Amino acid sequence: MENMVNVYFYGKRYVVPAELTIMTAMEYAGYTLSRGCGCRHGFCGACATIYRIKGSNELKTCLACQTQVQEGMYVASIPFFPTDKRTYSMDEIKADQRVMMELYPEIYACIGCNACTKACTQSLNVMQYIAYAQRGELEKCAEESFDCVGCGCCSVRCPAGISHPMVGLLARRLTGKYIAPKSEHLYARVAEINAGAHDDLIEAVMQKPISELQELYNHRDIEK
Amino acid sequence: MFTETMLESIKKVEATRAARMGTEPRRMTAEEKSELLKAYHPDYRAEGFKEIKIGPNKGEKAPVELTNLLHSNSRLLGVNVDLTKIDYDVDVLVIGGGGAGAAAAIEAHEAGANVMVVTKLRIGDANTMMAEGGIQAADKENDSPAQHYLDAFGGGHFAARPELLRRLVMEAPDAIRWLNELGVMFDKDEDGRMVTTHGGGTSRKRMHACKDYSGAEIMRTVRDEVINRKIPVVEFTSAVELLKDEKGQAAGAVLLNMETGDYLVARAKTVIIATGGAGRLHYQNFPTSNHYGATADGLILGYRAGAPLLYQDTIQYHPTGVAYPSQIFGALVTEKVRSLGAMLVNKDGEAYAHPLETRDVSASAIIRECDSGKGVDTPLGSGVWLDTPMIELLHGEGTIEKRIPAMLRMYLNYGIDMRKVPILVYPTLHYQNGGLEIGGEGFTKAIPNLLVAGEAVGGIHGRNRLMGNSLLDIIVFGRNAGKAAAKKAKEVELGTPNLDHIYAYAEMLKEAGCAEAGVSPLLLPKYARHER
Repeated sequence: MENMVNVYFYGKRYVVPAELTIMTAMEYAGYTLSRGCGCRHGFCGACATIYRIKGSNELKTCLACQTQVQEGMYVASIPFFPTDKRTYSMDEIKADQRVMMELYPEIYACIGCNACTKACTQSLNVMQYIAYAQRGELEKCAEESFDCVGCGCCSVRCPAGISHPMVGLLARRLTGKYIAPKSEHLYARVAEINAGAHDDLIEAVMQKPISELQELYNHRDIEK
Repeated sequence: MFTETMLESIKKVEATRAARMGTEPRRMTAEEKSELLKAYHPDYRAEGFKEIKIGPNKGEKAPVELTNLLHSNSRLLGVNVDLTKIDYDVDVLVIGGGGAGAAAAIEAHEAGANVMVVTKLRIGDANTMMAEGGIQAADKENDSPAQHYLDAFGGGHFAARPELLRRLVMEAPDAIRWLNELGVMFDKDEDGRMVTTHGGGTSRKRMHACKDYSGAEIMRTVRDEVINRKIPVVEFTSAVELLKDEKGQAAGAVLLNMETGDYLVARAKTVIIATGGAGRLHYQNFPTSNHYGATADGLILGYRAGAPLLYQDTIQYHPTGVAYPSQIFGALVTEKVRSLGAMLVNKDGEAYAHPLETRDVSASAIIRECDSGKGVDTPLGSGVWLDTPMIELLHGEGTIEKRIPAMLRMYLNYGIDMRKVPILVYPTLHYQNGGLEIGGEGFTKAIPNLLVAGEAVGGIHGRNRLMGNSLLDIIVFGRNAGKAAAKKAKEVELGTPNLDHIYAYAEMLKEAGCAEAGVSPLLLPKYARHER
């Protein structure tokens, strides 16, 4: 007999193999998931989940696809959370200190409880990246929030109503577009192509017979 | 966390590491590669394939699971959907909310079209989100689109459609520029030069990355742009059948609200299929690195309406899926791990092949090692080692955390520190090389006003795809499809939408005597266990 554990989905008990994740345990129990299931590999944030282990008063948050079941686990999924994304035109906003004040002023209502950081399923220092955003240190906010999967567990726990993933996202887009240094070689190549400088080169390759292309391919030099 | 056998094998890997560090395993010759593929690549296993009995590709082979869906009827057969009641009326209907769909929607919107996106899960629940390693573009001085073309053409066994591949490589630098200007944070040095690496089969270092969240960073950026532009996105709503008019033009789609079970009608002047791949069909019982919704829906929709497939019999198995632990079985271990120097090593500590052969070759070599007893046994099969501690030795401590943080985190969840110990990998079903056939402008040749973009397209890569060319194709062909669809919509005169083709298809199935019992498209994999 496999090693089985008792888990409780929305309060209802199921006996499932201990090696399963919360997500596969739900399927083992007979659930067909449509909400709360996306990439199944920890990148999309669809399966934000809150749980408590029987006998403990601590509420924990996790991704259902990345977390193994435990005995006495009471599980509720949070397939949607009304985070508050503001809309903006990237061409019209600027990477300055005012941008956060204008688009996400609630970040200044942070009371420093650190519940967001404790809730983060990616173990990010969420409160720290919000602090960077408050100070207009957008690049630091972008770096610190980079691994965010947008599951929203931080926002669920925030007493100030901050939509942390949206703040990080704005900081990253501003950093990528305005703060990171421009890639001159990229713009040079785009200009060359637009000017037709590669047309003959690509045509020359395309016109070669397959046998010649095979020869070229099999003996091409490979950058070290 | 590791078993006794694994721990013993790790000792052998550690024992040979120092000697391996200074070496580079020999690359295989063209003949060796060809023989290896024939002997071990799953595409050559006859029992994994089945002949398609009807439609444009009649007489050709496809994976059994795909053929069975092609041999199934529409779920709308005999269902009375009132097509005169139009729920959504748009210029451009984008089916699918991944990278290709989002890129198409942005460009169609930019061109002034009334565009909407339907997706059966959420926008961003897509393979794009999970692409880790990077995106190719020939934008460095020692590189060129022609060189990129040669790498991709050869890597795809000289089978790519030249007009499609030309677009892919020529428009690659502009795709990177477009993404960068949308705010994608590419890895750059302090002067702004892109940090680029090799992928399997590349001859120049042209892999651009955003740590190992490359696809996620791209997807969340284009998704944000779609939302900022207030483009309507109807989530948890799948397209279950295309609509055509009496002239045979694409005319929209019948949609299914996944939560209420209600059908809806979307009328559109142009339709873009951007539904992605098929990993969740689990061809030949392989695990998959794909997202939950990768069930080839767009291929079924298009084929039933009369659009031909191309290279539907060629599948990419990513060499390095997780073999252990079981909880993340089949999850992707990005090729970037090998780009950074980790070698593939068998249970005896031997680096049996060059780590950066093309994916089909690399996967076949792993299967060969495991089939010949040189793999390490795991609870669900076997695998070979990917010697990750080499990365820290080659590039310095902290490299793994900085360059591949997602991988580190995924394994640490299960108590495995890849900085200190190697990890066990085995091929995982990763990508559908084939798909619906298109011309250079993105339109199907068989159905006017029907376009396809992204993984649902066949022919861009030929019979194998290089790392980093899929994130590229969703952007290049997604953008082009959006522009072309918006332009075409201005001149389309739409007739009356109908579903006649699903009845004609049913008739063909009946005549061929090959109808399967179920309906298609599948929409979601059947993972729920209903045993007592």
